[in-house]
Amino acid sequence: MNSLYILFDEIYKILFLLIPVLVTVAMIVWLDRRVWAFVQKRRGPNVVGPFGLLQSIADALKYIFKEIIIPASSNKVIFIIAPIITMTLALIAWAVIPFSENLVLADINVGILYLFAISSLGVYGIIMGGWASNSKYPFLGAIRSAAQMVSYEVSIGVIIINVLLCAGSLNLNDIVLAQQNMWFVLPLFPMFVIFFISALAETNRPPFDLPEAEAELVAGYQTEYSGMMYAMFWLGEYANILLMCAMGSVLFLGGWLPPIDINALSFIPAPFWLIFKILFLFILFALVKAIVPRYRYDQLMKLGWKVFLPLSLIWVVITASYLLYFDLLPAQI
Amino acid sequence: MIAHAVFFYLFSFIAIVSAIMVTVARNTVHSVFFLILDFISISCLFIMIGAEFLGMIMLIVYVGAVAVLFLFVVMMLNVAQQKNQWFSASKSSSHIPIGLLVSLIIFFELIIVIGGWKYKPDLLNSSTIVISKTTTNTHSLGNVLYTDYIHLFQLSGMILLVAMIGAIVLTFRERVGLKRQSYIKQISREKKDGVQLVEVESKQGVKIDA
Repeated sequence: MNSLYILFDEIYKILFLLIPVLVTVAMIVWLDRRVWAFVQKRRGPNVVGPFGLLQSIADALKYIFKEIIIPASSNKVIFIIAPIITMTLALIAWAVIPFSENLVLADINVGILYLFAISSLGVYGIIMGGWASNSKYPFLGAIRSAAQMVSYEVSIGVIIINVLLCAGSLNLNDIVLAQQNMWFVLPLFPMFVIFFISALAETNRPPFDLPEAEAELVAGYQTEYSGMMYAMFWLGEYANILLMCAMGSVLFLGGWLPPIDINALSFIPAPFWLIFKILFLFILFALVKAIVPRYRYDQLMKLGWKVFLPLSLIWVVITASYLLYFDLLPAQI
Repeated sequence: MIAHAVFFYLFSFIAIVSAIMVTVARNTVHSVFFLILDFISISCLFIMIGAEFLGMIMLIVYVGAVAVLFLFVVMMLNVAQQKNQWFSASKSSSHIPIGLLVSLIIFFELIIVIGGWKYKPDLLNSSTIVISKTTTNTHSLGNVLYTDYIHLFQLSGMILLVAMIGAIVLTFRERVGLKRQSYIKQISREKKDGVQLVEVESKQGVKIDA
């Protein structure tokens, strides 16, 4: 009886996390398109519902009622599994994001490694989708995407090491609490910039959206997908972007902490601060999409391996030496 | 405790079945996918015994990087065709004795390791590492890795570096006649280097790309 109670309690908690995340993903698509439109002096989606807020819901409904076409020469099982994997991985990573000191689904010791591992698994949804379609454009898109994501993961990993050096723990809540006096964005500002750009590449956002470059590859790995399966890729992609924003705000912008530790600001509950920061980063993502042209593939690789990786490695050495010299290393636990 | 046992048997069942499927699957790409499933269930087992750091590193390194490269190679080289040739051609029998020999060696090594574990448990206790319940295993791993075992750690790093350089040297070929983009060249280009007035003789023409 008791274990049954625990089971239902956990399921209730998971739903309480997942449903807001899914609704936010739908809303964030609308926000993305609105920001994009405002930069280009268009109106964007403004017809369905107030300010066009229900546009994403309408789109999702449309996708649900469309026919799912599975190409005859595709590898059917993998073709169907691929979008499910993308969506699942984008959602399970939210389990470790701390919304306040106590409001976290799984407060595990290696939270940041978990996040990093899940985001490195994200590449499989794309590779599987591209390979199983058995068609040249999806395959090219998948290969590009795999190379791109693996390259930029390396620099994200090194940037995480920088933050870990300052925080002294792999637990996400400890990382947030270590930023009580100063957010890590100030001492590690260059790393924050590199993290932001790597996150763009990791989530296949413009200017690094080569896996789905419509001018060359139709729609990349999604070319053969239709209906609900396409919608799952699409939702998974946006859930991943939100996750990257959440990761950026936890690592650099102080997570659920208010900017200054005064009473007036602590009236706003902690989760709202995290949500504000995620939204701020997301609007930056949307602005970048609107204002920069797409990179060429060799430029992308050059940036990842020859600029970001050496820079972040050097910064690890600088951070470690600084902390050691001024005896600022976080206390041993 | 029952839940623990259930999850242990679930993960080990998935691990063993997918390990068998890696060798049995006809399609090489499917084999790699089963290998990934195997890695994931093994990292779940790691987490279950409390080695969460090893489990996560397993996911990041093996699943996130190594298996992606495997998948790359298998997809690009079309290994499926080659494999069929090996097993149908007459010379395939020459591979089988070597394969059997290697698997026999691995089998005996496993027997020695497991036998030692079971019948000589004091071998395990001979290490001086103190395992405490209060520190996280990331901390305890770091404490021994960078102090007692620093030389071995550095040595393995050097071996990996040499292997990496070796792989690059083996596959590197300098391609001639390739026009590379150089940002510095582009930015520092000026009008006087780019534009040139040439007196062209009538009916002679001019060579541009000198």
